[in-house]
This record gives sequence, structure tokens and C-alpha cells, in this order.
Amino acid sequence: MRLEPTKELLYKMADDLLILGHRSSEWIGMGPLLEEDIAFASKAQDKVGQSLAFYELLEALGEEDPDTVAFSRKAENFHNATFVELPNGDFDFSMMRHFLFDNADALRYQMLGDSELEELSHVARKFTGELQYHTLHANEWIKQLGNATPESIERMQNVLDTALPYAFGIFEPSPYEDELISSGVFAGEAALQVRWLEAITVVLNETDLKLPNIEKIAPQYGGRVGQHTEHLQPLLEEMGEVIQTDPKAEW
Amino acid sequence: MGTAVNHTVESITNLLQQVKDPEIPTISLIDLGVITNIDIEEDQRVHIKMTPTFAGCPAMDYMKNNVEEVLAENGIQSFLVEMNFDTQWSSNNITADGLKALKKHGLAPPPKHNLIIDIDLLTNVKCPYCESTDTTLKSPFGPTLCRSLHYCNSCSQAFEQFKPV
Repeated sequence: MRLEPTKELLYKMADDLLILGHRSSEWIGMGPLLEEDIAFASKAQDKVGQSLAFYELLEALGEEDPDTVAFSRKAENFHNATFVELPNGDFDFSMMRHFLFDNADALRYQMLGDSELEELSHVARKFTGELQYHTLHANEWIKQLGNATPESIERMQNVLDTALPYAFGIFEPSPYEDELISSGVFAGEAALQVRWLEAITVVLNETDLKLPNIEKIAPQYGGRVGQHTEHLQPLLEEMGEVIQTDPKAEW
Repeated sequence: MGTAVNHTVESITNLLQQVKDPEIPTISLIDLGVITNIDIEEDQRVHIKMTPTFAGCPAMDYMKNNVEEVLAENGIQSFLVEMNFDTQWSSNNITADGLKALKKHGLAPPPKHNLIIDIDLLTNVKCPYCESTDTTLKSPFGPTLCRSLHYCNSCSQAFEQFKPV
């Protein structure tokens, strides 16, 4: 099999984790409760650490070293879904994003645990264990806030409606979809999306939140091919500030 | 080659019992289960495989350096320490001695599990101070990636669990 399809898959997963990890870290010191500060900090640490494992796999396939790849690319060379680059907004949006993204990511690694690409399957199996704490945390909060008061239910419904088109963008088909599926590397975005919809529906059914008619949702595609919102470039500049100022700095 | 000393898997295992977790000094890396393989190769090179507890654990490089230091200090001239995900760590890999060592440090040891973590595994964790199970999960995320936060309703003590993963 050619390397490009695997690289594209690794880049989009790594970039999702790196960018959402940095967004999560922005909650440090801002959380509504001390426990939530710690939770978002831990999620950030997990996701950035997980992105490193994928960047190291990419390095082994001939890409540049992880720090260079993480901190020296322009927005148009990032493959993350636009969903993860959106500003945090309030706690309602951040929690809804984690709920929608983490459930997709957890299922993605479950599927990749069976990948024909052995090294990828090892990493995916490890992440499957770690991700369970992310989905547990997000699912519990969605159940709490989706059942609490008229205000919390209305706010969570609003952010669910806003977030869904972006969440659908997670599953933007890769140009190599057929090759990845036929080679047994990954069962594909469409199969993942089906499983994800089932998983989030189970949780939402335990709340007063309503999943809108999904036929009418226009997915926000583009992130996977480098078409990003105006929010990504400023984030990248902030992330890369040290390395851009002093490329030899150690941190 | 200097004086020929024949290392065995057992002698290396004993040596590595000296290397402790940098944040939980009561438990060795052997008992933590992060040393996944020790091999004495034909040319007497000691080949050690390690795996991270969590991909984002910042202590892993430190642990790897400590393993290399202990090998060098004990006169082992030829060794290779590798860190990868070939064997994935789970809290099930902590030895019986390791579980006792965690408790000694004031942490509730993780229960054995079937790799499915649900909320039941995290509620009513046995308090490491008074053994009561009348406890409440405060947060699945604690001061480090491997710990969760709990409160004991019996002895009114906040405590941490080494998370089942």
C-alpha cells in the first residue's frame, strides 16, 4: 500500500488532538469548578500526549520531527476538523464539543484497534483505554445539564444545534477512503459516523435534548483539506510563539 | 569486554526493583508493570522494553533515564532501553506487591477490570484510610493523569484512587 493514505489518516487524527488539546488547556484557571479546571487540564495533557504518539509514527514514515510538525506549519497545512479549532465559548459549548468529539474519537480508536497496520493498532488500543475517561466525563455532564433546569436544557439544546454541522465535519471523507478500507487500515469515516450517531443518541435519549433532523444538517467540511476558519491561524501563532521567537529554545 | 558477568532476566529484574515511580516512591517500575520485557541477547546485551502508563505522562522520559542509570551504575556495559506501545499498559498489569505499595502511599489501588471502564468502577471505591465503601467520586480526573478524586463519607477524608485503565 502507498504511504499517502496512512499519512493523511495520521495527520488528521494528530492535528485534531493537538488543536483540541490546546483549546482544552485554555480552560485552566477559568473552569466553573476546581474539578473542571483539573478535568480540562487532564484532557489537554492526554490529547497533546496522544498527538505526539501519532506525530512520532509520522516521523517514522519520513515526516519531519514532531516539534517542527506541530509548531511550524501554516493553517492551510493542518488537517484537523474545523470543529476543534472553534473558540471555547462558554462551558456549555466546550462540554458539548467534548461530548460530540470524544465519542467519535473513542470509537475511531476502537475501530483502529483492529487495523492491519500493526503499530497503529497498538497505539489505538492504548488510547481506547484512556479515552474512556473523556467520554465518561462528557457523557455525565451532558446527562446532568440536559436534565437540570429549563435554562440549562435550552442552552445545551442551542449548542447542540450549533455544534452538529461542525461535528459532522469530523467525518469528511478522505481522498483515500477506498484504499484505507480495502487495505484494512481503517474501516472508514462513513462507518464511524454511523456508530457515532448510535452512541450519542443513547446518551441524548437520557436527557431532554432533541437530536435535530440529521437529514437537514449541512456538514462543515474543509478542515481535512486545509480550509479552516479564521480562528485557527491565531491559535497556531500562540502555540508556536516560543519556537518562532527562539527556534533553539528548550522547554 | 572487561570482566564477564552473566546477567539473567532474574538479576536484571532484581536490579530494576530499585527504580521507583518518581511520583509514587513506594512502587517500583517492575511492580507498576511498565517494564514489559527483559531480554538478555546472545552478545549479553540487555534489551529492556518499556511502555507508558498514559501517552501524555510527562514522567516517562524520566523513568527511562532512571532505568538506564541503574543499569550503568551496576556495571552493565551494553544495554538498550526502548519505550513504545507494542505492549499496552493497563492497571491490571500492576503486581500484587504493587497494589500494596500504592495503598502504602495513601492511594486506593485500582480494581481488576475487563478493560471497560464504567461509572460503577469509580463509585464506592474502598477508602484507603478506613476501608469504608461509603465513598463518593468527586472527579474522574485528579492531580495526575493516573489518579481520580474521591471523598469518604465515613471518615470525612478526601482521597485519591490510582485509576483503573
